[in-house]
Amino acid sequence: MKTYRSLVLISSDPESMVRGAQDIFHRFVDEIDARGLGDEVAITMVSDIGRHDLTLPIVIVYPETVIYAPVSLDDVPHLVEEHLYKGRIVEQLLAPPKELSGPIAWLRSRKGTLPAEHRIVLERAGIIDPEDIDDYIIHDGYLALGKVLSELTPEGVIGELDKSGLQGRGGAGFPAARKMMFVAKAPGTPKYVICNADESEPGTFKDRLVLEGDPHSIIEAITIAGYAVGANEAFIYIRGEYILAYNRLQNAIKQAHEYGFLGKNIFEKGFDFDIHIHAGAGAYICGEETALIESIEGKRGEPRARPPYPPTYGLWGKPTLVNNVETLANIPAIIRNGAEWFRKIGTPSSHGTKVYTMLGNINKTGVIEAPMGITLREIIAIYAKGMKNNGSLKLVQTGGSSGSIVPASLQDVPMDFDSFKKAGVSLGSGALLICDENTCVIDLAKVLMNFFRFESCGKCTPCRIGTQRSYEILQRISEGTGTLDDLVTLQELGENMVQLSNCGLGQTASVAIRDIMKHFPAEVEAHIRLGICPAGVCSMEKVHVPA
Amino acid sequence: MTMELIERDIPAIIRNAIEEHGAAKEALIPILSEINRKLGYIPHEAIAELKKQIQSPEDDIFVSESHLYSLASFYHMLSTKELGRHVIRFCESAPCHVMGGRELLKAITSTLEIKPGETTPDNKWSFITTSCLGVCGVGPVILVDEDIYGNVSPDQLPTILAKYD
Repeated sequence: MKTYRSLVLISSDPESMVRGAQDIFHRFVDEIDARGLGDEVAITMVSDIGRHDLTLPIVIVYPETVIYAPVSLDDVPHLVEEHLYKGRIVEQLLAPPKELSGPIAWLRSRKGTLPAEHRIVLERAGIIDPEDIDDYIIHDGYLALGKVLSELTPEGVIGELDKSGLQGRGGAGFPAARKMMFVAKAPGTPKYVICNADESEPGTFKDRLVLEGDPHSIIEAITIAGYAVGANEAFIYIRGEYILAYNRLQNAIKQAHEYGFLGKNIFEKGFDFDIHIHAGAGAYICGEETALIESIEGKRGEPRARPPYPPTYGLWGKPTLVNNVETLANIPAIIRNGAEWFRKIGTPSSHGTKVYTMLGNINKTGVIEAPMGITLREIIAIYAKGMKNNGSLKLVQTGGSSGSIVPASLQDVPMDFDSFKKAGVSLGSGALLICDENTCVIDLAKVLMNFFRFESCGKCTPCRIGTQRSYEILQRISEGTGTLDDLVTLQELGENMVQLSNCGLGQTASVAIRDIMKHFPAEVEAHIRLGICPAGVCSMEKVHVPA
Repeated sequence: MTMELIERDIPAIIRNAIEEHGAAKEALIPILSEINRKLGYIPHEAIAELKKQIQSPEDDIFVSESHLYSLASFYHMLSTKELGRHVIRFCESAPCHVMGGRELLKAITSTLEIKPGETTPDNKWSFITTSCLGVCGVGPVILVDEDIYGNVSPDQLPTILAKYD
């Protein structure tokens, strides 16, 4: 069978024929032949395309599945030139988005078209063979590294990233370029780059998909980051449970050495760089950057006192750049396509895309990558295919166990760093735990606190004891023996942990409790005042009902 | 499993691990992971032996047994206690909990008649609760030895357990 690069379909139902579909077809054939594309593009007429909502005739181009409508005879040369010859989609001829009905009809009020998934970080994951460097190279791999080493100075790389406005995707949203600048300017050598792949935030597995599906993109990104900050050595700290990702990275590093993308004198530009992988041994706290550094040094993963921060005092006391996998994965695409391209994606305050993991009581769990600014309602209605068993949304926990509890009433807040900050919500790691009305907020808070109690490293007192005491109180409330005083204590413990804990673990452990008391006070108090669990989840086994 | 393995050559296991990961302080965690993988846990003899082999004042490598023990007891994937022939790790993080983990936990404890952290009297099963395993899309999740099972419902449990002897 002969294979083609593109396939063009033209509608030929009676109405389209009346509007000149036959002539359009012939014009396409002529224009395609004129550009010598006859062997690459197949063209055919089809009777019914099924989009009766559109003005005819319709032209569909595969494999992109782009729909143009209505198309006139005069549009054809431009379409062939732009789309089939240059590979650019002709935006002004695109068909309007499909008419929506039912629960998502409100989306029509949004400016623009349906929020589409837009992949930068996961661009190649699932499309290329992750164990084959050639496949990566065919898909624009190592192009950015080549451009960086042959055309840009280290300051130029940082400048481009600064223009792009890339923010750290680990949760805090710190400008990536500014962090690089700190490391580049910090006195002391050698300098190091660390890729934080200790993805342990419950509900988060986006980094695993990048590492397993597109390991070379991380190798390339780390090398670019190393060039930018003046480092010659990097470490990938990967959590011990990610065995497949570890093996794929190891294979990728070996291949990159064979092809000269790592090692001495890369691209003969006098730049040496090498990457080591360090597997963790199971500790949530090692996702905290100073704990991670301690762990690489062969110690217990206990966070350091800060300042000094890693850009000035990191691995073995040297200037160190620590970046999350998702942040790094954006870098090659920004270098390839330019900062302007990146700025056009997302919202005015947060550029680019974000990878979300959708979990909980929904019809379709999984991962999506969408432009910054998508709302929870859109994610639930479109990508998660609605709530399971026709349940109703009660709350969403964003950003894993340390993230915020977002009640259903806030589901239309655009998800970007800025809007979420204003709404008092943290975007965190992008994990979205979507819960229906059968979820009890006390039970949820108890599970979350149990996690922190277990994962607290024990170094500082507020966190070590605060998480344990908070858990005990929640346990009491869930059994029906909580008191109103307990709520006051719980709040005080939370505030103390926020202010006095040494690191992010203790500082965020009480976020869920704070949010629950703010958004669901009646449900919390029902456990205490009435001795009932409204969702019917808590055991309430010790409730004493006075006769 | 573990009893026979302990009789195996601990010094040789440690020698190989040091050879692979290097004799350096920053290699201690990979070396301990290797010992844990080979023996199922990290017995005191292994800690003493590791100290003996890796300590090298002329290379400025000073390691104490207490430091090694502090590492082995800190990281969740390392165990200082002997475990059963098979280990069930149950994810107790929120996503799995919301997606049916509560019922599964009850089913495991009632089937095996042990609580989290315990080993069955016949030494076949150890049951451990753990934090997120990173496969939340298919919760609730259990990890039996190195095999991961997702979307586990309580009635699937007997079939899964029957695969191990």
